[in-house]
Amino acid sequence: MAQAVGTAHLETSTGLDNRKLLMWLFLGSECLFFGSLIAAYLLYRDRSVSGPHPGDLFDIPFTSVSAFVLLMSSVSMVLALAAIQRGNVRGMQIWLFTTAVLGLLFLSGQAFEFTEFNHEGLSLSTNLFGTTFFVLTGFHGAHVTIGVLILLSLFTVSLQGRIQQKNSLNVELAGLYWHFVDIVWIVIFTLVYLIQP
Amino acid sequence: MTLAEYRRRGGVEPAREEENVADADHVEKHPGPLEYAQIGSILAIITGVEVAIYYLGLAHALLVVGLLVLSATKFSMVVLWFMHLKFDHRLFSTMFILGFILALSIFTVVLATVGGKLV
Repeated sequence: MAQAVGTAHLETSTGLDNRKLLMWLFLGSECLFFGSLIAAYLLYRDRSVSGPHPGDLFDIPFTSVSAFVLLMSSVSMVLALAAIQRGNVRGMQIWLFTTAVLGLLFLSGQAFEFTEFNHEGLSLSTNLFGTTFFVLTGFHGAHVTIGVLILLSLFTVSLQGRIQQKNSLNVELAGLYWHFVDIVWIVIFTLVYLIQP
Repeated sequence: MTLAEYRRRGGVEPAREEENVADADHVEKHPGPLEYAQIGSILAIITGVEVAIYYLGLAHALLVVGLLVLSATKFSMVVLWFMHLKFDHRLFSTMFILGFILALSIFTVVLATVGGKLV
């Protein structure tokens, strides 16, 4: 139904589309979720009795490239939305696919980083740093994975001609989720990687 | 429109002119691809500056303040332009800002009471 209704949404008490309102409410609650995980990390990162510690493992140049890749995926996502809002379906498909590829690139980098850390002796149960680090970045990675699946689903649906200018809200909602995942990484990159005890 | 009419149309409400005009206005208020690309370039430059500052060997307190300011700038730019909070209805901003302020408050209280430190 959402597709057929498009931007001419049903009447609501606020006059706004309930799906978009709900998405913002969800993102507000996600702030609490990630805020708790980041607070837990900052509390426990330097309370480990044994190593390895953050300074022994972090590869800042590598993580900087990952952060850059995710940031650029936000640019391609918003370009996808701009394209469909102007009726350019082909442009939207190209940018959506680019965003998904950049998301996969980020996930590959995270998988590589986790593997490297594991080889260095850090696991979920090694020490407090390991537990809080893997839980925080792991949950973020899970969010990116869900985002990539949403993007690929949208891309597939658009190939079937089911996404047009009139229902660009579907792309906007996916974009809101994707940008949120990006801003969470902006915070993680600074607080976890760049600011070390 | 009655519920019966709405069901006869297969759950589709006829597009109303004023809604279409409002939606067109809403989309027109969004920046164009060029502005998005410019904002993306600024974000990339800020990220580069963050990494450069990290290697500059500044005093730790200065490093923390500098990085937090740059990070907050990037965060705000993405939320305001890419997520369109600058252009959208204030209720959307309220939903997000309430969650964000609540998270920030809990974050601060937890770090202050349990003894976590940023610097």
